[in-house]
Amino acid sequence: MVIDTRVCKKHEPCEECIKACHHVHNVPLIPNKKHEIKWIWKEEFEHAFPDTAHEYLDEYLHEREFIVLCNHCEHPPCVRVCPTQATFKREDGIVMMDMHRCIGCRFCMAACPYGSRSFNWEDPRPYIKNPNPRYPTRMKGVVEKCTFCTERLAEGKLPACVEACKHGAIMVGDLADPHSEINKVLREHFTLRRKVHLGTGPSVFYII
Amino acid sequence: MHDAGKVIPGIIAFVLFVTVPFWTNFGKAAPKPQPELPKEYKKCVESKEFMRREHMKLLRKWRFDVVRNNMRVYINSEGRLINMSLQNECMRCHTSKKKFCDVCHDYVAAHPYCWNCHIPPEEKKGWATKEVKSLTEEASSKQPASHH
Repeated sequence: MVIDTRVCKKHEPCEECIKACHHVHNVPLIPNKKHEIKWIWKEEFEHAFPDTAHEYLDEYLHEREFIVLCNHCEHPPCVRVCPTQATFKREDGIVMMDMHRCIGCRFCMAACPYGSRSFNWEDPRPYIKNPNPRYPTRMKGVVEKCTFCTERLAEGKLPACVEACKHGAIMVGDLADPHSEINKVLREHFTLRRKVHLGTGPSVFYII
Repeated sequence: MHDAGKVIPGIIAFVLFVTVPFWTNFGKAAPKPQPELPKEYKKCVESKEFMRREHMKLLRKWRFDVVRNNMRVYINSEGRLINMSLQNECMRCHTSKKKFCDVCHDYVAAHPYCWNCHIPPEEKKGWATKEVKSLTEEASSKQPASHH
């Protein structure tokens, strides 16, 4: 996935991608920050790229908000620590969750350096205003995160955030295919990834 | 035996008391569960007998195939292709969890936890009971980022 943050900057405070994702996946809107659930959200530069940020950076970067989500890492630490293999990496590289197996131990939350995972401290249903009847909710006591819309990919659709972005700021494609459009974009633009030095091999790229 | 006159009636009274549920329900069989079947659809995924006996195993296999193997189509014994989904496929015909699933599950006191997450077709009550500001309002009320 490539996110062109220049496009996002132009259309601030757009959050169509967040709204679309959270609607189709029945992600609750919980006001208590300690209980909040998020699959895709906005982060400041120094939080999204702490190893790249420094005090002499352009103000322009500080003002911008960056869309962040699960990086679907090449070497996902959450998968390594999961004791029940509820989180696993699919052959196509998507880091997927099997909610039926999650026992809520939260090892994965400790392992994930991106904070991409949220724990259901309470029943999410009272906080879902406009549920999507075609997708399940979660229950109290499980961890959840972005699944790269596997259910939509299976139907030949694009992920909800990509489809919702009217300005074309988010792009997905096959990184393993050297001739794919996404590889072309990556060759043509300088991109950043989050916390690369940790060796997780994040698969979400940011054009700054 | 000392106090046999008290002990033996005492034992009889105790046994009678403990077995009260048997006497009150004696001769009355609980009615056989009658799950409501869809009217406009005649054929399920497999035969009625198979579904009755094996639906839980079938659903378990579906769940494994869909979530872990990314296989979403089931081919039944007649060669028909079926989308493996409890919420979107089973409940398309069986439009009521209360009148179908619950009828037998309650009878045998089985409590599968499918519906803790999956949304039954009729259920929306008790949802969105907690009012929350919209996402945009929340974002704008957030404190501005500190600059170094």
